[in-house]
Amino acid sequence: MPKDSVIGTSPKRREDQRFITGEGRYTDDIQLQGQTFAAFARSDVAAGKINRIDTSKAAAMPGVLAVFTGEDFAEVGGNPAGWLIHSRDGEPMKEPKRPVLAHGKVRHVGDAYAAVIAETAEQARDAVEAIEADITPLTPVIDAKAAASDTEHLVHDEIGTNICFDWGWIEDNREAVDEAIRSAPHVTTLELVNNRLAPNAMEPRASIGVYNKGTDEYTLYTTSQNPHLTRLLVCAFVLGVPENKLTVIAPDVGGGFGSKIYHYGEEALVLAAAKKIGRPVKWTASRSESFLTDAHGRDHKTKIEIACEKDGKFIAFRTETYANLGAYLSNFSTVTPTFLHGTLMNGNYDVPHVYVNVKGVMTNTAPVDAYRGAGRPEATFSLERAIDKCARELGMDPIEIRRKNFIRPDQFPYMTQVGLEYDTGNYDATMDILEKQADVAGFAARRKESEARGKLRGLGIASYIEACGIAPSNVVGALGSRVGLYDSATVRVNATGTVSVMVGAHSHGQGHETAFPQIVADRLGIDQSLIEIVHGDTSKIPFGMGTYGSRSLAVCGSAVCNATDKIIAKAKLIAAHMMEAGDAEVDFEDGVFSVPGTNKNVPFGDVALKAYIPHDFPLEHVEPGLEETAFYDPANFTYPAGAYACEVEVDKETGKVEVVAFSAADDFGNVINPMIVEGQVHGGLTQGIGQALIEHAVYDDTGQLVAGSYMDYVMPRADDVPMFDVDHSSVTACTHNPLGVKGCGEAGAIGSPPALVNAVIDALHSGGHKVDHIDMPVTPERVWAAMQG
Amino acid sequence: MYNFDFARPATIDDAVAALKAEEAQALGGGQTLIPTLKARLAAPSVLVSLTAIPEMKGVCRDGDTLSIGGATTHVTVAREAAKDFPGLAALAGQIGDPAVRNRGTIGGSLANNDPSACYPAAVLATGATVKTNARSIAAEDYFDGMFGTALEEGEIIVSVDFPIPDAAHYAKMHQPASRFALVGVFVAKYGDAVRVAITGAGEEGVFRWSEAEAALSSNFSADALNGLSVSPDGMIADLHAGKAYRAHLCGVMTKRAVAALT
Repeated sequence: MPKDSVIGTSPKRREDQRFITGEGRYTDDIQLQGQTFAAFARSDVAAGKINRIDTSKAAAMPGVLAVFTGEDFAEVGGNPAGWLIHSRDGEPMKEPKRPVLAHGKVRHVGDAYAAVIAETAEQARDAVEAIEADITPLTPVIDAKAAASDTEHLVHDEIGTNICFDWGWIEDNREAVDEAIRSAPHVTTLELVNNRLAPNAMEPRASIGVYNKGTDEYTLYTTSQNPHLTRLLVCAFVLGVPENKLTVIAPDVGGGFGSKIYHYGEEALVLAAAKKIGRPVKWTASRSESFLTDAHGRDHKTKIEIACEKDGKFIAFRTETYANLGAYLSNFSTVTPTFLHGTLMNGNYDVPHVYVNVKGVMTNTAPVDAYRGAGRPEATFSLERAIDKCARELGMDPIEIRRKNFIRPDQFPYMTQVGLEYDTGNYDATMDILEKQADVAGFAARRKESEARGKLRGLGIASYIEACGIAPSNVVGALGSRVGLYDSATVRVNATGTVSVMVGAHSHGQGHETAFPQIVADRLGIDQSLIEIVHGDTSKIPFGMGTYGSRSLAVCGSAVCNATDKIIAKAKLIAAHMMEAGDAEVDFEDGVFSVPGTNKNVPFGDVALKAYIPHDFPLEHVEPGLEETAFYDPANFTYPAGAYACEVEVDKETGKVEVVAFSAADDFGNVINPMIVEGQVHGGLTQGIGQALIEHAVYDDTGQLVAGSYMDYVMPRADDVPMFDVDHSSVTACTHNPLGVKGCGEAGAIGSPPALVNAVIDALHSGGHKVDHIDMPVTPERVWAAMQG
Repeated sequence: MYNFDFARPATIDDAVAALKAEEAQALGGGQTLIPTLKARLAAPSVLVSLTAIPEMKGVCRDGDTLSIGGATTHVTVAREAAKDFPGLAALAGQIGDPAVRNRGTIGGSLANNDPSACYPAAVLATGATVKTNARSIAAEDYFDGMFGTALEEGEIIVSVDFPIPDAAHYAKMHQPASRFALVGVFVAKYGDAVRVAITGAGEEGVFRWSEAEAALSSNFSADALNGLSVSPDGMIADLHAGKAYRAHLCGVMTKRAVAALT
């Protein structure tokens, strides 16, 4: 196969064959001999003191094998936060223990305080109902801002406050930023809410714990985006199982969006229970449990100020944010609102002063953690909404004000005010594409046409930048990360010339099984169909950090590249021997090794066979076999960026917003499989439009999740979104990874909410409604209320 | 869900007999009941499915009346009532999503009388008759507040007889998650007489908007509704809309239903 036909082409996703025909193998599909079932007793109050849990009746119920409470895990470790944040005063963040089962107190509706193991799932549920829990309800704290100043009602008494950290970034910039804002000719101020979301992966969380008494080995099948991280957390922090005695297998996983990055108590419980009863223990979340206990996303309250000259040139950005962390610190919960949020507050702009303050606050709600975009959507929304308001106040065009402040191509590498060094980009070029793609020039005519039909039409523009390819371990280590963020791959060439690639990244919708072979096929010059991807099983793959933060291609893909290059280097030695080339240089192209200037050549397959049947082989300086591993630690983050345009029509009578057009111009660097990229953008846009328009995980004042089912939690459906116009032809290749790629998984969800809300505000202004802002979701009622003045 | 016995009788008499059992529960399409059972919020001893009784199924015209069997699914009504009563067919075609329409039944919807269900608006606006195994109940007498009906214990909706209007239209603002009506307005016209029934809005369930009916009966145009409004008092307030917005939508949706007919 010619080399140029592999990268940049769109072979169909090979994994879809099994998914579409119902042949996927998810955790709940796995049936083990003698398996039993777990069910959890969960708090129905947001806060409560556990006085007594009587499990005697439950234990006597039919089929019940064991009952656990928080007491059983009082002596084991807690599930830790993966990132240590320091407050402005230099103090480390407060870290209350997150136990396997609630102990002493229940802290949110859905908090598990007991578990039953029984022969059937129904028997386990029946027994849960027989548990007698004496829990005194306490007054909960729900809103982060209110909880921050509440010293009476504490989620965790032992830390003496609800504030986990008060983070300033960069603290040394604070005074200069304050002064710049004080003395600026114009200051735009906006207060906004980034609405809480429930992640809603199609497959609910599920786990099976297995214990083999004969070998003292454990196996955990679980819905994870990063099986090695789960193994590390279970072994090193929670249960103390030796790492070599636990295999974690994440088989087919039906979507994660962040929510399956984290280790949850249910995983530890099924392992501990499997050991206790000597049989496999399975648990599969109901959809209600998913709503109540999967880590939620977003939930920020932010005040942002933009200081600028009268001509729109930015002088300073300053934000103050209350980030709701929920009842326990989920693994990435402390980094998401800080380093994944504050470091993006420079946006795509050349601005001399930026300061970010984030208060992470514990509340009696489900834990909040990274959800598609993770901090970057929050940063982008604040900034791009405020820029729109600023443009309106100054009487400037929203594209003009952005172009006026874009970092210019000749400024790269560009050191931001918030600690990142953008390696490359061309934001004007991306905006040029967007203007054409969205036919910005023709908008006035389209608005007229809409008005003729009685509708208000608005055009919203947003730029975005994100830090992906997470992450350079040295950098994140210095900032408080407790893990490294490299990834790994093993390329195993089999004797017959087929290739197995074991990767540390995990695919749960991203299409790795299709895209990664393209990388290897391109380098080896062999057909993609000869290459198989293996992932998700810690006993088969090298230690990898998994999939999140649009990192798989940029980090794990780079490891795949490097491991493949090691294969080529070794194969050249073998080929040289086969061609009797001596010390002559060996070329490798399109799957054939050759000696330049001669007609000597040998195909890759013959070299592979030779490696495993080394009869006539240079054993004195080359080992047999053809298998190489690479660990890749990125030198920097990658910086996908883009410009989005959203057009909406607003029904003047009902306030209902219809998204009638959406254009996305993205710079993802080089693209391996355009079809998969387009699909990722479509999915991201749909999630972003969902957040902006309809989704909202609402708690009431008592801490009940009132949007706790699909009767009330609104998921975006096909008819909520228009046909998307997606373009990724604007390419500035990443300068520091071998593929020149940046990542595309989250962009759509990051850039679309501000574009949509900007469009709604634009539409309302065209109808004479001087509305500054509407919080998401932009429901018909909110728009209607805004139009009433 | 908890365990239960399951009966699927083939005649109305057998169904009535089966429903006499202690804690028996009739099952139509199950679109509300089954999720309730799955959440363990109900524990019937026996579920009596009404979906295998031939005389309770189908759409049949008799003169000026369209009779729909109680176990007829929404998708069937959407298809088979399209010629004789397009306003009703369109309503059925907007209920829930395809999965709901393939299973859900008109009898199940009316027996449950969810305050946001669509069918009650059509039944009340047309003055339809709910026929049970025991009697005929006029629409005016049938609905009895949120989730309340005139049905006795064990009584089965065999059919619903709709007087076919000269013109009718259902204007619905969807509750975006459930796709029930946030506010739904059914306008039916019989000669000069106009009836307007509103679902999704009132705390007491479906209701007739008599001021609108009077105005439209003398002047059937959207403009005739100018200046009329429904009071926010008594409107439902929930996650998706407050009282004032629902009251506002009553006016908007009524105008749209009329506009669609003029």
